[in-house]
Amino acid sequence: MSLAVATGDTDVPAPSVEMAVARASSQRQAFCGLAGIVWLHRKMQDAFFLVVGSRTCAHMLQSAAGVMIFAAPRFATAIMEERDLAGLADVHAELDRLVERLLERRPDIATLFLVGSCPSEVLKLDLGKAAERLTQAHPGRLRVLAYSGSGLETSFTQGEDTCLEAMVGDLPSRPAGERALLVVGTLADVVEDQFSRLFAALGIGPLHFFPPRRSSELPPLGSGTQVLLAQPFLGRTARALEARGAQVLAAPYPIGIEGTRLWLGAAARAWEVAEARLAEILERPAARAEQALARYTAELAGKRIAFFPDSQLEIPIARFLQRECGMELLEVGVPYLDRRLMGAEVALLPTGTRLLEGADVDEQLERVRAERPDLTVCGLGLANPLEAEGLATKWSIELVFSPIQGFEQAADLAELFARPLIRRERLKV
Amino acid sequence: MQLALWTYEAPTHVGALRIATSMAGVHCVLHAPLGDSYADLLFTMVERRDQRPPVSYTSFQQRDLGRSTADLVKDAVRSAYERFRPEVLLVSESCTAELLQDQAGTLARTLGLPVPVLPLDLPSWSRKETWGASETFLRLVRALLKPRAPAPGAERPCREAGRRPRANLLGATALGFRCRDDLVEVTRLLDQVGVDVHVTAPLGARPRDLLRIPEADFNICLYPEVAETTCAWLERFFGQPWVRTVPIGVGATRDFLAEVGRVAGLDVSAALASGPSRLPWYSHSVDATYLTGKRVFIFADATHAIAAARIVAEELGMSVVGLGTYLREQARPVRAAAQAYGIEALISDDYLEVEARIGESQPELVLGTQMERHVAKRLGIPCAVISAPAHVQDFPARFTPQMGFAGADVIFDTWVHPLMMGLEEHLITMFRGDFEFREGTAPSHLGSPVTATAGQAPAPPAVAAPAPPAAAPGEVAPMPKSGPVWDTQAEQELKKIPFFVRGKARRNTERFAQERGLATISMETLYDAKAYFGR
Repeated sequence: MSLAVATGDTDVPAPSVEMAVARASSQRQAFCGLAGIVWLHRKMQDAFFLVVGSRTCAHMLQSAAGVMIFAAPRFATAIMEERDLAGLADVHAELDRLVERLLERRPDIATLFLVGSCPSEVLKLDLGKAAERLTQAHPGRLRVLAYSGSGLETSFTQGEDTCLEAMVGDLPSRPAGERALLVVGTLADVVEDQFSRLFAALGIGPLHFFPPRRSSELPPLGSGTQVLLAQPFLGRTARALEARGAQVLAAPYPIGIEGTRLWLGAAARAWEVAEARLAEILERPAARAEQALARYTAELAGKRIAFFPDSQLEIPIARFLQRECGMELLEVGVPYLDRRLMGAEVALLPTGTRLLEGADVDEQLERVRAERPDLTVCGLGLANPLEAEGLATKWSIELVFSPIQGFEQAADLAELFARPLIRRERLKV
Repeated sequence: MQLALWTYEAPTHVGALRIATSMAGVHCVLHAPLGDSYADLLFTMVERRDQRPPVSYTSFQQRDLGRSTADLVKDAVRSAYERFRPEVLLVSESCTAELLQDQAGTLARTLGLPVPVLPLDLPSWSRKETWGASETFLRLVRALLKPRAPAPGAERPCREAGRRPRANLLGATALGFRCRDDLVEVTRLLDQVGVDVHVTAPLGARPRDLLRIPEADFNICLYPEVAETTCAWLERFFGQPWVRTVPIGVGATRDFLAEVGRVAGLDVSAALASGPSRLPWYSHSVDATYLTGKRVFIFADATHAIAAARIVAEELGMSVVGLGTYLREQARPVRAAAQAYGIEALISDDYLEVEARIGESQPELVLGTQMERHVAKRLGIPCAVISAPAHVQDFPARFTPQMGFAGADVIFDTWVHPLMMGLEEHLITMFRGDFEFREGTAPSHLGSPVTATAGQAPAPPAVAAPAPPAAAPGEVAPMPKSGPVWDTQAEQELKKIPFFVRGKARRNTERFAQERGLATISMETLYDAKAYFGR
């Protein structure tokens, strides 16, 4: 395949995705991994997320996610203060005190995640040790796990990767060789249910989802476990699952009709489901999805789109918009290019797609202003300023929080992109 | 270590960004790890600004820590200057960068840029947003004006004959509560008494406008949280007097005009006599009598909290049962104000503590920030937002100043609106017991109960509204202890009390019984309690 991979503004022709790509280490507009708490706490409703950090972390969580509509969130921040910085032993005692206060208020917590932040990393606060100590202090009552959501180590959706990675060690064992399918990555409950029905129809099972809906009901894992990644940002989790003997199936992600078909197909092949049987099962939902999608393709076809790097969903979504909705890809920015996780996706992108890893925001803004795409996918800090310059935008964060995977959601996903275009046509002011 | 579910204030460096964003020609380089750029959306989403805030982030990550983050700072400063060509460059650090001790500001100064480079070095582990804004504004003004200060003891030149007095309006900022409209209203008010506005800063100013500040005859400190230190400094170094009264409410606006008159040497009696606000008449009109003695809990920044208390007590005839602020720096004036209403001020930035105090005070109206809106919603108490931190719907499209006579009118409407209207209270009493009348129905002007509370809930700026999780409201509030039991007759009698005061009657009666060690509440207890508590 032929693919131009660029870093910053330097075009580098790439014979394959195996090539080395230097990263742009300039100014980036991205959330840190703490943002993952916003959907993880919704998925696992018996878990509590305690960020050990600064006022910046607390403020970021409440502003970035706009989750202040919740009166009592299942997350909080242990804000370190000047006196905590003096001696680290003191910080651990303080943390224990805060956790006790939290458990008094929320006796229903089954799993407590201690979430590392930039300051806790720089201060080399050992949250793993704290998690062990706190677990021992509440035997049989509470599981405490630690992971990092710091911007030093994680970018936006990677916060889910580090969270799930921390949970892998606690997954119960399944007898060696016993075959099972594990779907990994947070999906909306409604999407999980749709996939459950399809896997059942295909005779694929036992089936588990990870993360589970209750953190206390962890899926079993063994050498016969086949892993299907539902999200494109779970590299560390995949490696941790493999270290426990599981096999990760290579596939594109279940975005759009084609992606969903190929994703389900990868599991079907591993389960030796006959091609005809697969086609038969998928026929109705796929046809229905095509019918629903047709409503938006007319609006999207031929329109030019550019992606700012944000969630790691850029490549699968660009693939969907180009191949199934007929959009033209001007450039696709990704926070980082994980060649292993993205291999099957990148192979589906058209030759010569301009792919950027960790782009400089100011330089990318200049290109967008010059090329004036019909639609720009970007973060919340950039959306209104670009709209004010007459450029239609799509907030990328909505792509992370909305159910977009699977056949039934393919048209919903297209609609998210059609809506800003339709809106512009409607407005006469 | 502090357990924070929500925080009233952002970190210190966001205060600096508020000053930079308020102005033109200023750019801020923030030494901060990847992720701290979330601060942009405060301005572009919450305040709906149509431009990116003037800030560049170094966005360092783990791999940069191995190398030199100092080089990142220098690169970021150089390219920010090249790209944005600011008149002044601010250099600040976020909490994590402060731990690295890169001395970003000092590094930036070594680059020899042809514009002033101002290192901020704001302590992010001990201070917070509002202090950061105040300090940034002061340092900016001081850096630009100190070289121009007259010799100590030099007389200020007198105002030329025939020229109208000039005033600077200081303290309005980006993300400030209704600052945009307050500036318009105060400018109009001053024009009416013959005062010209010379410079408004930081909102709407460029660095070269700051240089013109000393040309004005006096300063007006509109928001003491941000501008008090700067006004005091300008008085010390340039001999500029400053007006301290914040014109929020009819009485305060009149006091403000009187103070302006004194400082500017103008006769403002005509303006005072005209009194164009409708608030006094609306408060005197008979429909407003139901406001009498309504219990109001106030929690906000100091400026808005103190002003609200005076309006509540003197202009709406209600009772201040709680008054507090999350700003420790402003504790003193708030304590003094609370004392005047016979209560103790609540000085706290702990959301849980504020929530508990609101619950204990049993108010009928809460005037607060975004946080108190949530508390009030949970407790089922009407609420109006009067101060930052606020959400996107508190940056309305329409003209809604808080200051001046127009502001007083806005305040009358927005504070009274969440309450049941007077006539409506009266009619509910009249129709009570009618088989076609549903008591639980919300007041007509608030729509159905569901939409009434949804109207209080902010539209999240960032997310396609996720459904609230199954978190029971009782999770935060202390569980009620098992108390006295109501007998059937008393329970029946309680139902005859209008629903909007029934909860209060129930709580009062239970407290009354508990204090007297009564295990059962009879009808007699109910009326004894009613007689004891009064209304």
